[in-house]
Amino acid sequence: MSRPEYLAPPEIFYNEEEARKYTHNSRIIEIQEQMCERAVELLALPENQPCYLLDLGCGSGLSGSVLEEQGHVWVGVDISKSMLDVATEREVEGDLLLGDMGQGCPFRAGTFDGAVSISALQWLCNADKTSHKPVKRLYKFFSTLYACLSRSARAVLQFYPENSDQMELLTQQAMKAGFYGGVVVDYPNSTKAKKFFLVLMTGGNMALPKALGTETASTGVSYISRQERLKNIRGKSLKKSRDWILEKKERRRRQGKEVRADSRYTGRKRSGRF
Amino acid sequence: MKLLTHNMLSSKCLKNVNVGYPLSIKVEEMITSVVDFNPEFIARIIPKLEWNALKQAVNEVGKDSCLPNNLIENFENDEDFLKKVHHVLLEIEIVNGCLVCPETGRSFPINNGIPNMLLNEDEV
Repeated sequence: MSRPEYLAPPEIFYNEEEARKYTHNSRIIEIQEQMCERAVELLALPENQPCYLLDLGCGSGLSGSVLEEQGHVWVGVDISKSMLDVATEREVEGDLLLGDMGQGCPFRAGTFDGAVSISALQWLCNADKTSHKPVKRLYKFFSTLYACLSRSARAVLQFYPENSDQMELLTQQAMKAGFYGGVVVDYPNSTKAKKFFLVLMTGGNMALPKALGTETASTGVSYISRQERLKNIRGKSLKKSRDWILEKKERRRRQGKEVRADSRYTGRKRSGRF
Repeated sequence: MKLLTHNMLSSKCLKNVNVGYPLSIKVEEMITSVVDFNPEFIARIIPKLEWNALKQAVNEVGKDSCLPNNLIENFENDEDFLKKVHHVLLEIEIVNGCLVCPETGRSFPINNGIPNMLLNEDEV
């Protein structure tokens, strides 16, 4: 499937028909909600406190519903009128605004405790009008977003980067605007479940949160020496060898028996003088 | 649009506008709905509010009697006060009308409860 950004600008692509999909297609709904749940997790909000959040590219308010469930109050901004109409129909609790992220976030300083954005950021990388300059629009977006967040608040933006250049462009502009942070990639080894989250922090440089699905991912081929492999196959070490003695001592120690401490003389042959 | 959102909105994205706050409201149609009262959230949001802007907004929508003139101290424990603020912030909803930038006079129409903050190319 070609990327929707190529087809038309967002305010035209998300027409009534496309907006309908976001209320009827259970697969789209499920994915959006999952991503939003993960984004809120990455926000690291104080526990059991209702927060005031900003949802950028809120669309039909699917992500907003997740925020509501967790007890937060939110404000959504989107460029597509049809999507917002669907959101009003769904009777979401959050307030909605029709606005273009590339023109800046129209809020006064220090308003929000956090910001989330699900699958919207990649739209900003395109120039849909002759007057659009993606780099400039991105900078404007990030700098006004930085301003409207309160101290130590985070912004988590899930997006679908087209290539590594785009990812670099986004991070670079965010850093230029004053943010700390970077991209967290969940399930990097899966084509389908792989998700990119741009985690931006305002209050100083902190370690990025750990990505999901990276536990089993090894960076290279593991290598076991030939000798060790043979040993593993055989199981026990050669009788009367140093290894065998050490293993036996260890076993007896585990059994709670009195065992002499290991030293460099352990398992060494007596000299001929004896 | 709720008055809480209005209290946070500014028109500083417009070219040559420095503060762009507070936006004045022209109401054509508004409704009052019932929203669950969450005292914890209201107590957390009050320090972030611009009280004078809120007073002005309440005045403009014609609900002046709803709110005391000054922010009282120790509001966290005054449930009556929190309920009043809750009503003003979350239950009054502007359905149609417009927001006007205090510096340039540019108006942002509100249709179906959604303010249109889109700018023309020459205004950015």
